[in-house]
Amino acid sequence: MPTLEAPPAPPAPAAAAPPRRRRRPLTPYVLLVPAVLVLLAGMGYPLYWQIITSLQEFGLAQQFGQPPTFVGLDNYARIFSDERLWAVVARSIIFCLVNAFLTVGIGVLLALLMKAVHPVVRVVLQVALLLAWAMPMVAAVTVWKWLFDWRTGVINWLLVQVGFDQYSGHAWLAQPLSFFFVATVIIVWMSVPFVALSVYAALTQVSDEVLEAARIDGAGPARILWHITLPLIRPVLSIVLLLQIIWDLRVFAQIRLLQDSGAPVGETNLLGNFIFELGIGRQDFAGAAAVSIFVLALTVLLSWPYVRNLLKEDA
Amino acid sequence: MSATTSSAGPAGPVAAQPARAGTPVPPARPGARRPAAGGRTARRVRRALLGLLAVVIAVVWAFPVYWMVLSSLLPSTRLRASTPSFLPTGATLANYRSVLDGSGFTGALQMSLAITLLTVLAVLVFAFFGALAISRFRFRGRLTFVIAVLFVQMLPAEGLFIAQYKMLSSVNLLNSVVGVSILYTAAVVPFTIWMLRGFVAGVPIELEEAAMVDGLSRTRAFIRITFPLLAPGLVASGVYAFLQAWNEFTVALVALPAESARTLPLWLRSFLAASANRGVDWGEVMAASTLIAVPVIVFFLLVQGRMTSGLVSGAVKG
Repeated sequence: MPTLEAPPAPPAPAAAAPPRRRRRPLTPYVLLVPAVLVLLAGMGYPLYWQIITSLQEFGLAQQFGQPPTFVGLDNYARIFSDERLWAVVARSIIFCLVNAFLTVGIGVLLALLMKAVHPVVRVVLQVALLLAWAMPMVAAVTVWKWLFDWRTGVINWLLVQVGFDQYSGHAWLAQPLSFFFVATVIIVWMSVPFVALSVYAALTQVSDEVLEAARIDGAGPARILWHITLPLIRPVLSIVLLLQIIWDLRVFAQIRLLQDSGAPVGETNLLGNFIFELGIGRQDFAGAAAVSIFVLALTVLLSWPYVRNLLKEDA
Repeated sequence: MSATTSSAGPAGPVAAQPARAGTPVPPARPGARRPAAGGRTARRVRRALLGLLAVVIAVVWAFPVYWMVLSSLLPSTRLRASTPSFLPTGATLANYRSVLDGSGFTGALQMSLAITLLTVLAVLVFAFFGALAISRFRFRGRLTFVIAVLFVQMLPAEGLFIAQYKMLSSVNLLNSVVGVSILYTAAVVPFTIWMLRGFVAGVPIELEEAAMVDGLSRTRAFIRITFPLLAPGLVASGVYAFLQAWNEFTVALVALPAESARTLPLWLRSFLAASANRGVDWGEVMAASTLIAVPVIVFFLLVQGRMTSGLVSGAVKG
């Protein structure tokens, strides 16, 4: 991301003229105590436990009271030589990238559409997007299951009406590929509103004079879009894409809920589902901890550009 | 500097950028611009077509929500018919009645309300103090804390929930309101600290100092001057915490395994599963979904603007 010559923000008031509160250096620490305590309890300790457990033998014997033994990186070696894990990792990454790019692509197109249409139409579209965004995830997946229901679902009915007779009684969730198609439809439907509205907000900041100048100079709409508009909103595009990648890598609940309808679990698990099955299902806590650490490390790595970007704001 | 949430401001840096866009704009091609009148008609037609497309997309996008509400109002005989009904003729509330009378909903509602309330209260107090600390004070360890907060908010529940499950089970807090509320508070506090930080920083300290010059104590000045100005930020943070706790499924799945401790999302899932045993009654399932979704949609529409711009404001500022 290009670092612009940042308009020298008025120097942080505290830096220039230290407020008088500075005399009591204990106050900020006291204020932070509750937040730090709850973060330690809810995140810190589990993280610590996870790191320790991933380095220990922690099977059924330990469940029954035997002290765990330190085994170094054995769990990682065991888990990462398991080809089922690599199948899940590959599946998760492909699923994540397909969903993230589809979401951002459709979101940008809808944002451009919002910019082009009459304000009344724009509000109609925005309200529709907000409705989809506001739907609680579990309710949304439930509705989509009803839409894709093999017997009386409206999507099969519609497909038959337009001539695809083979979709009469088609069970979408029974095959891995069409299972992931349904999951993608749901996730894109839920995620596009955020992208579309954020990108639209960025588009409204592009000054009309610049576009007008390009138009007067004879640039067509496609050229203006590609050479002026998109470069101008690139910072927003990259942040939104990054967030989608991070969010789509952790898809768990939607898959879990769709699997309830009798999908082949082994072939539809993503990383989160794999961890769940390993830990809660098979009580292999050491293995689950090792995979979790891998997922956390990947998230931190991916989040770094986003965090750096937010830090710019922290005056 | 402006509050995190304001979308004003970015106009400057963004508009100042065109020089960087590079490619020199080509000289006007002769005949590139159509005669004014014809051009205007063409543009009008194009705009109308785009408007039509936008309306179609809006209908498609809103359709699942409409379908949920519509199905919840129709008797199951209509839903099982070979041709679907697209309009709510002959609507009935029978599905809602049987959901509300059936087992589980009231218990799940109480559980969800208890967890959500506790989480919202804890988040508001903890995040407010945290935001005060990082926006009104410079102290050793501040930057470390800020960076930690920003990373923690990105951590996926799926990377920690097995450990959280083990932790809660070792202190006998599985299936308890307190246990899951601690996890929710920890998950929501980082983002709310960051969001409130913008609001606190947006209130100039000079306002408080002026009040102190006028004879108020520092505490009273804070309560009388700054606190009311923070109200919108606190409301936004509270609603954000509400939405997270009310909708959460993943952590609840591991932390509340007992049937008696289900929150509404877990209850909806098992309601569908139970219904599936008798060949799903979609009318009832959609009534159940609507009951969960409506309060969320209402709250969401109240605050979404702030949340959107909060997430990407760093980017907008370039």
